[in-house]
Amino acid sequence: MDTIYLDNSATTRVDDEVLKAMLPYFSESYGNPSSIYKIGRDNKKAVEEAREQVAKALNCEASEIYFTSCGSESDNTAIRGIAYANKSKGNHIITSKIEHPAVLETCKQLEKEGFEVSYIGVDENGILKLDELENAIKPTTTLISIMFANNEIGTIQPIKEIGEIAKKHQVFFHTDAVQAVGSVKIDVKELGIDALSLSAHKFYGPKGVGALYIRKGVKFDRFLNGGHQERGKRAGTENVAGIVGLGKAIEIAYRDLEEHNKLIKSLRDYYVEEIQKRIPYIKINGDMEKRLPGNSNISFRFIEGEGLLLNLDLKGICASSGSACTSGSLDPSHVLLAIGLPHEIAHGSLRISIGKYNTKEEIDYVIENLVEIVNRLREMSPLWEEFIEKEENK
Amino acid sequence: MDYTDKVVDHYTNPRNVGKIEDASGVGEVGNPVCGDIMKMFIKVENNIIVDVKFKTFGCGAAIATSSISTEMIKGKTLEEALSLKNTDVVNSLGGLPPVKLHCSVLAEEAIHEAIADYYRKEGKLTEEEIREKCNLKEHHCEHCGE
Repeated sequence: MDTIYLDNSATTRVDDEVLKAMLPYFSESYGNPSSIYKIGRDNKKAVEEAREQVAKALNCEASEIYFTSCGSESDNTAIRGIAYANKSKGNHIITSKIEHPAVLETCKQLEKEGFEVSYIGVDENGILKLDELENAIKPTTTLISIMFANNEIGTIQPIKEIGEIAKKHQVFFHTDAVQAVGSVKIDVKELGIDALSLSAHKFYGPKGVGALYIRKGVKFDRFLNGGHQERGKRAGTENVAGIVGLGKAIEIAYRDLEEHNKLIKSLRDYYVEEIQKRIPYIKINGDMEKRLPGNSNISFRFIEGEGLLLNLDLKGICASSGSACTSGSLDPSHVLLAIGLPHEIAHGSLRISIGKYNTKEEIDYVIENLVEIVNRLREMSPLWEEFIEKEENK
Repeated sequence: MDYTDKVVDHYTNPRNVGKIEDASGVGEVGNPVCGDIMKMFIKVENNIIVDVKFKTFGCGAAIATSSISTEMIKGKTLEEALSLKNTDVVNSLGGLPPVKLHCSVLAEEAIHEAIADYYRKEGKLTEEEIREKCNLKEHHCEHCGE
């Protein structure tokens, strides 16, 4: 059975062009970029070329890009680094309720260390409440960290407005753009972003490499002590192959952005429209306009998400859910609860995230199977039975 | 999720799904907030469970434990069914991931509630006797506070 991969927000398949660019750095080009001889210097050059590629994609200087091991490391470094380095100004940080755990857990850690954190709410579509954000700013606020686009419901935040608010109050603005890079045009200058996290494997690059943009002039403490790599901010021998892969992947992503987004958006819209036509009692989660092109998040009422995923898996379909059973805790997704979904509807959510390797045939196969699986699980569900009985007695 | 082949078999092809219209007893446990509800229907003749059906809202483990426990009590006396422990259900599935053990507890409770419902309808035992015989517990869930 073929794998139908519809979990591109979790990770993506490495682009062949990216893989090809990376391969020499595992074998013939194995030098340490810090070494003085040629195979070292050549690799230093390769790393710097990748840095240029990232800088070009974000419209910043190459010297403002730091390579890391993943998006989470970028988030940790940006938030803790800026919080520590600006402690003399204050100890207050603002973030949102729907951030990725890499941000939320970092903020919780900072709270334990004596920092104060405000968690801003979102509306029913997952859009940040800007007035709440501005009202939360105090003289002691040093950092606002708001994600660019949400990983579960795909909502794209009003980044430019947040940047303006941050600038007006002289507060640094970090954005976790792990889901947005490769799907959204990002100009850090125009958007007023002071720090930005990204991860290569979300845009057809390799796993294990990320980057952090920090605007020149923003003070931040280093995260990893050791050698002088990354201008003394991030020790450790560079993951040369990974960095080259990241550079190539971001270059391709922005070269082909329009075409890529057009394709995945059309498949996503087709999927959502068909599901709306063919399955009753569903709820579309997130904003349909301000949304990542490949993301869909639908709650199927009266059924539970893990059962749905297991049945899809038996058909070779990979997707994800915000149900408690898949989160490893008793609570369903914090994002779905933050947009006001009742627990029982949050439990029945299904995220399908489409990527450039998906086809219409695959989407048709998913729709056919999903209709059958949802029906079967509903037939098995006591909640569905109760609901139907009530409907019939109306 | 690391499920055994037996669990996969039971959530893929659950046995005894449905309802019994003229059930002798019905037991429902769990709640939608926690993400698990099990409803068990039993048909009792001469103290023997001659038929059993279930409906479950929940994860793969919840469906599998419901399914296998219906198999385990069908044809059994009420006393035998009441002596079925959640650990028996887990063992017969070849184990469950630790975070899913509560599903097996739910299955045991659903059986007990269905039998208690039968006794209530039969009207021979007092509520206190039923509660003791069926070992009924107050639903306790730290999560939803009920």
